Amino acid sequence: MPDASSIAEIFKEESGRAVATLARRFGDIDLAEEAVQEAFVEAVRRWPEAGVPPSPAGWIITTARNRAIDRIRREALRDERQTEATRLLDGGEPEEIHVVEDDQLRLIFTCCHPSLAVSAQVALTMRLIGGLQTEEIARAFLVSETTMAQRLVRAKKKIKAANIPYRIPGDAELPNRIRPVLAVIYLVYNEGHVATSGDDLGRPDVSADAIRLARLLASLMPDEPEVVGLLALLLLTEARRPARTGASGELIRLADQDRRLWDRRMIDEGQELVRACLRRNRPGPYQIQGAIAAVHADAGRADDTDWEQIVALYDQLLVFVPTPIVSLNRAIAVSETGEVAAALEELDRLDLADYHLYHAARGDFLERLGRNQDAAEAFAHARSLTINETERDHLRRLEEEAIRKAR
Amino acid sequence: MTQYLMSVYYVEGEDQPADDVIQEMYADVGALNKKMQDEGAWVFGGGLHTPDMTTVVRADGGEIITTDGPFPEAKEQIGGFWVIEAKDMDEALDWASQATVACRGPVEVRPFQDEPEG
Repeated sequence: MPDASSIAEIFKEESGRAVATLARRFGDIDLAEEAVQEAFVEAVRRWPEAGVPPSPAGWIITTARNRAIDRIRREALRDERQTEATRLLDGGEPEEIHVVEDDQLRLIFTCCHPSLAVSAQVALTMRLIGGLQTEEIARAFLVSETTMAQRLVRAKKKIKAANIPYRIPGDAELPNRIRPVLAVIYLVYNEGHVATSGDDLGRPDVSADAIRLARLLASLMPDEPEVVGLLALLLLTEARRPARTGASGELIRLADQDRRLWDRRMIDEGQELVRACLRRNRPGPYQIQGAIAAVHADAGRADDTDWEQIVALYDQLLVFVPTPIVSLNRAIAVSETGEVAAALEELDRLDLADYHLYHAARGDFLERLGRNQDAAEAFAHARSLTINETERDHLRRLEEEAIRKAR
Repeated sequence: MTQYLMSVYYVEGEDQPADDVIQEMYADVGALNKKMQDEGAWVFGGGLHTPDMTTVVRADGGEIITTDGPFPEAKEQIGGFWVIEAKDMDEALDWASQATVACRGPVEVRPFQDEPEG
């Protein structure tokens, strides 16, 4: 018999489709969501004794639909606004509700509508598409449950007030509208990959949720190479997780990772997706980043990495994303081809003084050029700019090493 | 259908565009107004005089006080607006995209509340 946590898992998988289907049916996200939430409460009450129904998805949709109709009926009685209730309830049994795959895609575009703040887009996507409980989302983003609940309420209110539609954008607007959707999923992944604060380096379950969302999106839009590229990037990055931290939770750099710990299955899937993208020949930033991750995954040892190809990929990425961060990563790749002095010159041209990884890279280049005292200062500066304890420990070790060499 | 206020903002103290640009702007806005009317989106719209032409009236403890405006102490002030009717936010944003090009300034889209029942 299922316990509360396994029921929560089933709902995480299934509730997104139920919410999307009911939102289309009733034209009201709030109503759909609350009805599915009530179905969840019902499941927690019933399933432990009755067992999981043969089709949990069907059970959730039917139960939630009935709850929604109950609610409309109650409100109709109170408000004497009979029209909707009459329309729904006349003729005895309510009609069967069909799941339409497009419903979820519609809802994704509503959640990631550019009229909504990014923080609201993220919260809505995790709640309505990802099926996470408000408390879980609050934990992922280190805010109180009350704050997250208010954020969700405000966002849903705006969708209703502004009449943000429930539709898949046309071809002409699609590129602009996919961008925030991909950005939201990437942001969720990164929150799980490197927590911005706290003692742990990451929260794997948040990353897993992001990959689940990317997989869903890729299944809904298989012809959008950037969507597939994002999924590839996330899989190839996630594959390295087992090797990213040592026994006491310390950060291990890519170059020093034990590559046998990498998740082979994720790498194979990611690389296959990257190859499929390349065949389409419609490059974009996520595909290129996926390709960079694939080149790393190709190297059995760090020394075997094809850095020339990585530099070339960063050149392509700069065309799409001409930011100092990409230039920083390109400079790191250049340094790995052996051109450390040239790489340092590139760094000096960048405006990233407040970014800890900039100073960490600078420290690394300086150390390789034998300027150990300067390197130690750069590592110390990097450390002062991050609050993640695991990263701080790592930078402290690098600093001590550079000081030792300087003596 | 939802009604939306589309406010055009301008920043006080910024250089005004040259006369020929202003003439072009008027022509573009005129063409857009016509299009809105033809397609049934138009409710009302117009350009406003500068904020120093405004007067503020308020009731303060039973007394009506009238002072020189503007009321908001902001650099950004409304220069004009439309009230449109649209199927949904995406349709409103489509009009706003045309509006910002026509009037050469940022356009804020804000939904009206539903009319109270009864």
